[in-house]
Amino acid sequence: MYQLTNVIKKYRKGGATVAALQGVDLVIDDGEWLAIQGPTGHGKSTLLQIIGGLDRPTSGTVEFDGASLTGMRERRVTKVRARSIGFIFQTFNLIPTLSAAENVEAALVPLHVGAAARKARAQQALAAVGLGDRLRHLPSELSGGQQQRVAIARALVKDPKVLLADEPTGNLDEDTRDEIIGLLQRLWRSRGLTMVLVTHDSSVASRAQRLGLMRNGLLSVTKAPT
Amino acid sequence: MFLTYLRRELRRRLRQAIFISLGLALGVGLVITVTAASNGVKNSQSSVLHALYGVGTDLTVTQPAKQGSSAATTFGFTQDIKDIRSGVIAAGTKINISNLSTVQYGILGPAALDKVARQPGVTGTVGGLTLTDATVTGTVPSISAGQGAASYRSSFTTNSFSVAGVDVSNGALGPLSAGRITSGHVLTRREANSDDALVDADYATQNGLKVNDAVDVGGTNFTIVGLISAPQEGNPPDVYIPLAKAQGIGKNGSAGLAHDVDTIYVTAASSADIGSVQREIAAALPSATVTDSSDLASEVTGSLNSASSLANNLGRWLSVAVLIAAFLLASLLTMAAVSRRVREFGTLKALGWPSWRIVGQVMGESIAVGIVGAAAGVGLGFGGAALIDRLAPKLSATVGPVNTASVTGSGRALGTGALKALDGYSHTVSVTLTAPVTVDLILLAVALAVAGGLIAGMVGGWRAARLRPAAALARVD
Repeated sequence: MYQLTNVIKKYRKGGATVAALQGVDLVIDDGEWLAIQGPTGHGKSTLLQIIGGLDRPTSGTVEFDGASLTGMRERRVTKVRARSIGFIFQTFNLIPTLSAAENVEAALVPLHVGAAARKARAQQALAAVGLGDRLRHLPSELSGGQQQRVAIARALVKDPKVLLADEPTGNLDEDTRDEIIGLLQRLWRSRGLTMVLVTHDSSVASRAQRLGLMRNGLLSVTKAPT
Repeated sequence: MFLTYLRRELRRRLRQAIFISLGLALGVGLVITVTAASNGVKNSQSSVLHALYGVGTDLTVTQPAKQGSSAATTFGFTQDIKDIRSGVIAAGTKINISNLSTVQYGILGPAALDKVARQPGVTGTVGGLTLTDATVTGTVPSISAGQGAASYRSSFTTNSFSVAGVDVSNGALGPLSAGRITSGHVLTRREANSDDALVDADYATQNGLKVNDAVDVGGTNFTIVGLISAPQEGNPPDVYIPLAKAQGIGKNGSAGLAHDVDTIYVTAASSADIGSVQREIAAALPSATVTDSSDLASEVTGSLNSASSLANNLGRWLSVAVLIAAFLLASLLTMAAVSRRVREFGTLKALGWPSWRIVGQVMGESIAVGIVGAAAGVGLGFGGAALIDRLAPKLSATVGPVNTASVTGSGRALGTGALKALDGYSHTVSVTLTAPVTVDLILLAVALAVAGGLIAGMVGGWRAARLRPAAALARVD
């Protein structure tokens, strides 16, 4: 699914150049679940954004499904994101003015899905995460766990090939964390997703097939601890 | 999704949306009010100028009177006065002397009329005569030695009124063009050589005249066939008679006026040609003076002129300044709103929304605010215009004063009314200022407000489009 070769990412911060990634090589297979751990500021989120086509490396190549993401025009990368990649964020990132169903529908807008089909698919996706009765609720009317479920429904409603999750349980209590990770695990299995999950939490990382450790912009991948 | 998102977003920042709308509304309202007031002033000016100048006339041509040749001081009664003084007319004789003459303006012969008509760009010419009918009635007194001129004056009554000799073959051009028949009918081609006359409605009221009555003009009885109401701003002639008759009975000093005119009214092919036609006529008739309405406009002073300056200068710049301020305010607030939504737009980009869709969303919101601002602005504009209608004081327009020497010397050539208006005294008229709000003006205001929203949306949208998704998300995450 993914092949990253000598990916380097540098950016300017306060006049100094910071090397967030210093030559990452990585292969992620179809249907694989990779968890990435590491201290804050060592490049985990940067790596996830480059994998997701949200950012471009300073050098190196990123291949996705045989196509070079780094060589693509921005418009094509946007289409790849719209069709094939689902994102989940630590802070949920729901549109505050839209209801749960409308937030999920928002992921289908760039795919030109008709209004009725959008509505039906959003309802199904929300039902799949256990929020079939919260369609019209605004994010502010939902708990943290429920908001993250909406975000998961939004990420999966378009049937992506890849799910990228950046600290998806970082803002949740332990019970809700387990519930969300359990849900993600079920969906990963049932849908055959490729999942890359960045987390600080070892109990979350331990559920992944493989574990990567980011330190000073370098990634070392090991087999899962279990 | 577009409309739902738009509606929800505007509802979320309702106060800011109202604030931007009010800013745009204020600008638009001011533009409507000031432009309406400016149009009102222009209408008033136009009404005054038309009254003075004659509707449909682009240029007038006159000839300055030769210095010292004017018979104005005695109105052509030189011989009669000599006869009274020398005793040829005996004391006790009742006299009733009527004289119709040109008073101040030089004569333009038929050749001049032809020459003007032949100039390129001239589509119509009409000649006219501006005459004064002066009548002296009384009984010749017996003058003893030592009695002076005062005794003569006290024995006679003088009466005068203005007479226009009009070419009835073209009523659309010349002094009749500004008038409206209130009774009877207008002079027609068939009456070109008749003793028929039109009388100014006000003059008729003052003198108890009506249709079918007779009026004595230069010793000839004319039948009144119609009453005409001309705008009083223009000091219209009191009596209109066919040009041919005026030429037959009128005098220039002791000479007749056969085939002569003293004013030529000219229409040009288009308003753009007026300047060139004016130059061509001036070149063809070097001693004549060719005048257009802007020359007359420059003579108009008074509060109407001040209001015009105020509307054109202060008002225009004030509304432009407010509009710019409103546009800037809308743009800044939209940019601020976009800044607060960086995370939101970053998320949408992560979901695969193309930049144009996000820009469209921001612009849609701004245009919606602009439309609300336009609606409120139109309301404010109507309110402002209504206030002007209700509260504006009457404006005055003054033509002159211009001294007679200046008039005759430079040969100022204006329409019949204008000739009188400039004749050595200032003429002031009052006009009511209205502020008409037209459909065009409303459309302009709506377009301005929507443009304001569009500009704000483009500025905000440009900022949103430039956001790189990773940077947008990093600011949050």
